[in-house]
Order: sequence, then structure tokens, then C-alpha cells
Amino acid sequence: MSIIVRDSGFEIDTWESDGGLFIDLEKYGQDVAEREPTKTAIDIPNDVTVESLKGLFESAAMIRIPFPSFADGRGFSLAKQLRQQGYAGRLRAVGHIIADQYGFTRVCGFDEVEIDDEMAKRQPEDQWIARIPKQELSYQKLLMGERSLRNI
Amino acid sequence: MYNYNQFDHDFVRNRVKEFRGQVERRLDGSLTEDEFKPLRLMNGLYLQLHAYMLRVAIPYGTLNSRQMNQLAMISEKWDKGYGHFTTRQNIQYNWPKLKDTPDILDALADVEMHAIQTSGNCVRNVTADHFAGAAADEIEDPRPTAELLRQWSMDHPEFQFLPRKFKIAMTGSPNDRAVTKAHDIGIRMVRNDKNEPGYEILIGGGLGRTPMIGKVVREFLPKENLLPYVEAILQVYNLNGRRDNKYKARIKILVHETGIDTLRGWIEEVFKTQKAHHQAPPAEMIEAIEAQFQPPEFDTAKVDEDKLSKIISADPLLRSFVETNVSEHFDSNHSIVTISLKPIGGTPGDATAEQMRIMAGLAEAYGYDELRVSHEQNIILPHVRRDDLPEIYKVLKEAGLATANVGLLSDMIACPGMDYCALATARSIPVAQELLNAFEDLKVQQDIGPLKIKISGCINACGHHHVGHIGILGLDKAGVESYQITLGGDGTETATIGERAGPGFSYEEIVPAVSRIIDRYMDIRESGDDTFLDVYRRVGADVFKDALYPEEAASA
Amino acid sequence: MARVVYPKVVTANHLLEGDVIYMTASGEWSRKHEDAQLYEDKNEAEAALKIAKGQAHMLAGPYLADAQIGENGKPEPVHFREAFRTRGPSNYPNHGKQAEV
Repeated sequence: MSIIVRDSGFEIDTWESDGGLFIDLEKYGQDVAEREPTKTAIDIPNDVTVESLKGLFESAAMIRIPFPSFADGRGFSLAKQLRQQGYAGRLRAVGHIIADQYGFTRVCGFDEVEIDDEMAKRQPEDQWIARIPKQELSYQKLLMGERSLRNI
Repeated sequence: MYNYNQFDHDFVRNRVKEFRGQVERRLDGSLTEDEFKPLRLMNGLYLQLHAYMLRVAIPYGTLNSRQMNQLAMISEKWDKGYGHFTTRQNIQYNWPKLKDTPDILDALADVEMHAIQTSGNCVRNVTADHFAGAAADEIEDPRPTAELLRQWSMDHPEFQFLPRKFKIAMTGSPNDRAVTKAHDIGIRMVRNDKNEPGYEILIGGGLGRTPMIGKVVREFLPKENLLPYVEAILQVYNLNGRRDNKYKARIKILVHETGIDTLRGWIEEVFKTQKAHHQAPPAEMIEAIEAQFQPPEFDTAKVDEDKLSKIISADPLLRSFVETNVSEHFDSNHSIVTISLKPIGGTPGDATAEQMRIMAGLAEAYGYDELRVSHEQNIILPHVRRDDLPEIYKVLKEAGLATANVGLLSDMIACPGMDYCALATARSIPVAQELLNAFEDLKVQQDIGPLKIKISGCINACGHHHVGHIGILGLDKAGVESYQITLGGDGTETATIGERAGPGFSYEEIVPAVSRIIDRYMDIRESGDDTFLDVYRRVGADVFKDALYPEEAASA
Repeated sequence: MARVVYPKVVTANHLLEGDVIYMTASGEWSRKHEDAQLYEDKNEAEAALKIAKGQAHMLAGPYLADAQIGENGKPEPVHFREAFRTRGPSNYPNHGKQAEV
């Protein structure tokens, strides 16, 4: 079972039980007519270029970016690029992410993080809530502003 | 000197609080060791061979007497009464306990210091010319920009988990004292043909297993575009740098494999987006930073040079100190004093708490309250009145800090090596100590002239051996320490990677081997002004290889 | 040349103190190499390492290090790195374990 972490706390993931689909990027172009856009999420690998997603991501209700290891930070830049290129749908990080990184995911444009039960048990809700970004302590916001990222 | 504003204070205190929580969560099992490790590294805490090691940032090497005194206090309260100044202008404590570290970080925050991002795969402490704001040859003080970059890099949400560590160095002088060409990003302050200030940006320099000299990626970057441009370099690196092999993960390999021209294109493309999505830093913030790096109000009373020169020439030791350790300041009544942390028999870069306090006291009494740490592991008093030089010398001498060897053979760089470091493959410090003993006569060193010996205890090259005139690399060869020599390296504006001389030498053989190189140089130089590097560049490596390997030379 | 296969000891660093520690025959941890349990058998050594890995709450970075019986009949390190770990830094003879000898 997957747990979804949002600023409001832990939730059980209901995307699939509500009829949503996760489609791998390579299959995303197939059977488009049979899918309802609002129920379709793309799973993209973390080594694609945002350039190559143009024309695809605009129609997705959700994009999911994997973190194969918490030490692999490509997902942060990818999320930021997607937001800067105008992606306005739901953006989810999935995989090995630790509570200490929750703020980074949010500032880079993710709406939520998907973790497994083991992680949710080891790092309970309060550890994630504690890392909701403190924008009043962001040097980047102070120095550069952030024009494109939403929800924070 | 940069003084923290309320924001900086709040940020650093919050960070200490976070780390305190992370230590607790490591102990209660919320964080595994694998997860905790990068988090502690980002707060400067390593686990080394015998103990933890805490690396404290001294941004662009600048500190005041209050901070130096606090470093002394920390070394006595939580360590063994000494500290080690490093090639990246940091200080390291070799014996802290994990449970004490949050308290140490709070003590640092008390004096506007931190250990944030002194390790980890993130943007490290930004280094700069240690003579910045004082040097006679400076075009512009690089430190306001270095401070801006320090702030920008702090806890940057996108760049905390890069493929590998990322080092930025800056200089504002044509004479490069900051080894900018051996950094992931090297920045030089320049002016364009309209005399507008800006930056020349180099990327892809670095030492380590595959040493490379940085390449120019942007000849002129307008000042106001610095942050979006650096942001673009980092984003391209974060997405494209190799993550399959730790030894190929630095940006230098990306530059090498992709080609600087292709990479420049990618960076320029991302730069456009970053520029469009970010504001330039508010002018009042930039002005507030710049205002804090204005030179102190110098005492303008004219120095009686005749009187001074009589005092100096009356004391040969003082004269030797002034000739070797004192550099030209842009204000003619002032000088720059380099305090050598390389006494004979000592550990390069180490200072006791007492010595730290003495240096702090000198800065307070004679140095407009400023100190610097150089990448060559010495301490600088950047602004002292020339007529105070005799008194400063006297105090230093009593504290064992007056070794007149700056720029000479014994002013060497050595990494901690296998005496401390978990990554090391051989010892560095004892090699340095034995070289110091072999050449302890300063007159002999002065006769040899400018010579940079740099020693690393493993391939990661923290001792910068590739850019030493004579570089020494310690390796583990089948369970035995073995030392490889490189020749002709140079870390300045004429940066060059040294050439490997040949097979390695055992621990017992390495000092005699270095002596043979120096003997050969002394035999063939044309005059006392004909430096080792000049001779090497003129005659080439073979002459020195013959001296290193006499048996092979004889049989050839 | 065939590579010599040495017996092993389990070693790590103490989590709070950072100090070098060795696993003893009773499964306790000692700061002295000579107290270490020496494993001639590869499987036994691996099993002991697994136990050490399960004690992450009090230690960090456990691994197997080569060792052999020394002249005093007690285990001693084979590699110079491990020998340094039993002593401390050579530039300060009064720091680290060597200060207590």
C-alpha cells in the first residue's frame, strides 16, 4: 500500500481505486482515445528531457517522477523544469524519499510524495509535517523570487 | 567583514535545530545510517578513521577575532585543544562526539558561523583569494559575490543531491591565488570593453583521479546575471552528470565527455529560462552586502620607512620574516602578513587553541580585527600598519608562529592522510614532517627559492598534489604505502597539471627521492632567480627523472 | 601468486563516540583489537557481521577486517590501515587509543 504525503498530512493513495491509471511514458501515446484524461497519470523516468515531453504532459492529470534512491536528485530539477515549462497538473514524487527532503520536493514544484508503508512507519507523519518548507527561511526566495512554482 | 542580519541568524539557528532533530531520529531508528550519512555530511560531520570530524566553514576564508577565539574555545571544550586549517579555507576538528555536535553548531551560530554544506554532494563552501580586499594587484574584491553565492547555495532545494560535490572559487586579481582553474566553477572578476563589471566563468576544473584544468564557458557574464547563470550550470549538471560511477561524477567529466561547446549551448538554453523565471537580487540586498566589505578606515599617518628599515635590518630574523611572509598591500602604509602554520616538525595547517587566541589578539590589536585562512593552510593578517610589523613579529615568535617560510619548500600543503582520513590510502603528515626535518635550515630553503610541494594521501587529491611544483601522492600498493611523484604542476593563473615522474617510492625512500630532485635543480639552475618551475619548464621532466631513477638512467 | 586469505575480525565505529570498536567472542564490543574474536571460517565471519549490522542503533559502518594471531597469542591487524585504527594519528602520539597504552 502506498501513502501519499501532502502538507495536510498522510493519506491513503486512492488514485487507482478511484479509477485512475498510471501509464508508462513509452506507452502513453497508445490508446489515447480510450482513456479519460482526468484519470490518466504518466510515469516518466528521471532521465528524460522535458523538451521530449512537450505535447504529452499538457494533457496529463498527473505526472509521477521516480526517486530510485533519495541520493539521486534528478527529480528535483525535472520537477522544476516541468513547472517552468508550464505544466499545471498534479506532480507526484515516488520512491525512496525521506522526510528531510519533503521541503525540497515542495519548493521544486511537487504537490505530493508517494512512500511505502515501511517508510511511513519509520518516519511518521509528524516528521514530514515538520519539513513543510519555511519560505521565510529561504535564501533563494529572498534573492531570486520564484515566479513559476505554485502552491507554496 | 560580513555580519549576519536577522534572516541569517534565524536560518542558521533553524538549521542547528534541524540537525539536532536528525541526530535524535538517527538514534531512534527513524533514519538509517545510509540516510543519516548525507545529512550529517551536509552539516560538516564526517566519520573518520578514529573518530568523527567536524568541518566548519570559513566562507571565502574571512573571519574576525571573536570568531577565531570561539574556534579556540570549541577546540578546548569539545575537542583536543587544536584545529586543522584546510585547503578549502575551512577548519576541521578531529575528535568531536556525535552527541556534542549540535551544541558545537550552536556555539558557531553564536559567532555567525556554521558548518553547512562543508561536505555532501552539494555546493560547498565558496572560496576566494585570501588577499581579497587587501592585495595591491586586485581589480575588484570578489567577496561580496562569494557571499552572494554562499547565500544562494544555502539549502538550495534543487541542488542538495547532486551527482557529486561541487566547488566554486573566486578571484578578483589577475594573479590567481585561489586555484580557480581547478574548481567545478572558477569565477574571475573582469570588465568588458565598456568597462562594465562582470565575470569570466570557467567550468570543469578539478583534481582527483582525473585532473583537469577548467575551461571558459562564458567570457563575460554581466554581474546581475550571476545567479540564474550559475543556477543553469547546476541544473544541467544535476540532470546530466554521471551517477553510475563516483569517480566520473564530477562536472569535469561531463565537460570532457560532452564537450565544452555542446555543454555551453545547453547551459545558455537553461539560462534563458532561469532568467525569465527569477528576479535579480534586490539592489538594496546587494548594496547591503557590498557595504560590509568596504576596507576598514585605515590609519593614514605616514609610516616612517627609514626608521622601519633600520629596525628591520638590525634583526636578521625579522628581516627574513619580512622578506618572506609580508606582501604588498594596496595602501602603502599597510602590509599583508602571512602567519605560517608550517613550523619545523609540526603538522601543516594545525594551530593550538592558544595560537588561535594569539592570532585573534594580533588581529584585534593591529589588524583592524580581520583574519584570513589561505588555501595553503596559513593564516593571514590582511591589513597591518607597516610600523607594527616588528611588534607583530615579536608576538608571533614567542608563540612559535614566526616561521619565515611562506612560499618556500617547507610551506607545503598536506592533507590529513591516513593519520585521520577514512578514505586515505597512505599517510601524508609524517612525509611532510620528515621533509620539514630534512630541510629544516631556512637558509637552505631560501637559497632553493620558491617551491611548492603538495602531498595527498589518496587519489582524491585533497593535498592538491597535481598542482604542486613537486607533487606527492600516497597510495596503497599491495598493503604497503607507496608514494608517486608528479613534477611541474602549477595552481596559479598559469595552471598546469603535473606530470607523473615514474614508479612510486616507499615511505623510507620518498624523502631522499625529493632531495634528489632538489639537488638536481640546484645543480642546473642558472642563478638564484631561476626558480624550480622556470627550470622545469625550460629543461623538461627527463633531467629530473634521471635524478629520481639513477639506476635506470645509468643502464639507458 | 596466490593471495593469502586471512582470518577476520568484525570492526566498526561507535555511533555516539566515533571510536573504533571490535566484536568480542561474547558478541559484546571492545575498544581493543586484542579482545576481538578472530573468525577463521568465512561463514562464521559473515554471520557475525550480520549481527553487527543489526546493531545500527549503537554503531556505524561495520565490516570485516583481515587479522592474524600475533606474537602475544592475541589477534593483531594485517594491513597498515587497520594497524593505524588500533593506535591513532602518528603526528600526535598522545591522541587516540595509543594514549592509553
